[in-house]
Amino acid sequence: MTSAEIRTRVLQALSSVAPEADAASLRSNVSLRDQLDIDSMDFLNFVIALHKDLKVNIAEADYPKLLTLDGCVAYLTAAVEKQRSKVSD
Amino acid sequence: MADFVMPKLGADMSAGTLIAWHKKPGDSVRRGDIIADVETDKGVIEVEIFTTGTIESLVIQPGQKVPVGTVLARVSESTGAAPAVAPTAPVQPPIRRELPAVTAPPSAAMPSAEVSRLPISPSARRLARELGVDPAKVKGTGPGGAITREDIQQAATTKAPPLPADRQSRFRQAIAAAMSRSNREIPHYYLSNTINMHRAMTWLAEENAKREVPDRLIYGVLLLKAVALALRDVPELNAVWNGERVVPNSAIHVGVAVSLRQGGLIAPALHDTDKRSLSDLMKDFRDLVSRARSGSLRSSELSDPTITVSSMGEQGVESAFGVIYPPQVAIVGFGKLVERPWSEAGQIVSRPVITSTLSADHRVSDGHRGGLFLSAVDRLLQEPEKL
Repeated sequence: MTSAEIRTRVLQALSSVAPEADAASLRSNVSLRDQLDIDSMDFLNFVIALHKDLKVNIAEADYPKLLTLDGCVAYLTAAVEKQRSKVSD
Repeated sequence: MADFVMPKLGADMSAGTLIAWHKKPGDSVRRGDIIADVETDKGVIEVEIFTTGTIESLVIQPGQKVPVGTVLARVSESTGAAPAVAPTAPVQPPIRRELPAVTAPPSAAMPSAEVSRLPISPSARRLARELGVDPAKVKGTGPGGAITREDIQQAATTKAPPLPADRQSRFRQAIAAAMSRSNREIPHYYLSNTINMHRAMTWLAEENAKREVPDRLIYGVLLLKAVALALRDVPELNAVWNGERVVPNSAIHVGVAVSLRQGGLIAPALHDTDKRSLSDLMKDFRDLVSRARSGSLRSSELSDPTITVSSMGEQGVESAFGVIYPPQVAIVGFGKLVERPWSEAGQIVSRPVITSTLSADHRVSDGHRGGLFLSAVDRLLQEPEKL
């Protein structure tokens, strides 16, 4: 899965917790919480949506890596690749 | 014969508009069934019945706005059924609504023959009804295009449209009326305490490391449970003031203040908060917030809170002193979780701390008892594994 595809999935997950968000205006390197006014419950729902969609386990300790759109894409791209390698081994 | 009446869904509600019936004459109903949708200033609420029996007649038709206490339907009770819980407010003649016809939301629709042929499991269909989602409008992502529970949840989170300006204005007016009444009539007193959350957060991190992503807890649910258990120590804070005396509540239903994306806030109840496991509470907390934001709350969730908890930490606030929501007699606030220097065994260490606050009705309790309550919340959070 490419970074662009992951980015699309991340935006879909975000729209499920913040339906009023305008994905086009999101700044990639600015905190999602600050841009979208999402709370802990929204963030948990966001992580659950990514977990279900991408079939990756996201450790709670890694949550800080998901604070920006760029951070999400980088972390999830690596996680999906790691998961794919594990399955093919 | 029992009367099913327009319920009072909050101190500020004087009337509601019947939007749709979920039952028709001759249908059997059980205690807890959702049988109607009612629109209040806070949105469309699914109204439960507290009688088991058969619908005899529907007295009020969709689109009519009627005062609280007005008979909406008549129900013949089954033998041995629990008695009807009907407010005792005087019944006034219904006011016929002369506004354009109200269109029932998808949630109000009974499953049609077309809907029943959709590839959807009974569980997902039930969830759709609970969340007010029309399955016919949901694209299934399961095997063969089957509609899954996740599809329904996804649809529920995206379906809430912005409130129209007039609804938003009425919503604001309802909040204004309740808060003005509170400040006018209730002699508030305020207390605060700083809680060391080191143990709670350490336990939570260890606990969540063992859990699958969808089963994880957030620290807010620990706070809710601690408040509920602390109320057992100071039960006078879990009561109502009826104008002359305190009436204690036998159950603890914590109302959780939820900010709505369309603006405003609502504080539905997490029923029996003190008796439930953290996992159970977390599951219902997620569901409650989701339904509050998608406009699918049930009547009992609005009428039952016995105390309110408001957490403002997400907004960067360090301490929040709330305004009591009458007829409740207390509101608990939590601020932001922050790292602060903390003295422990003669050493200065960095610890995550949170400020808890209590706004309470001085007619019902005093500062001494309020202080005991906040201390109990603190004590309970030092032993998170026991929550």
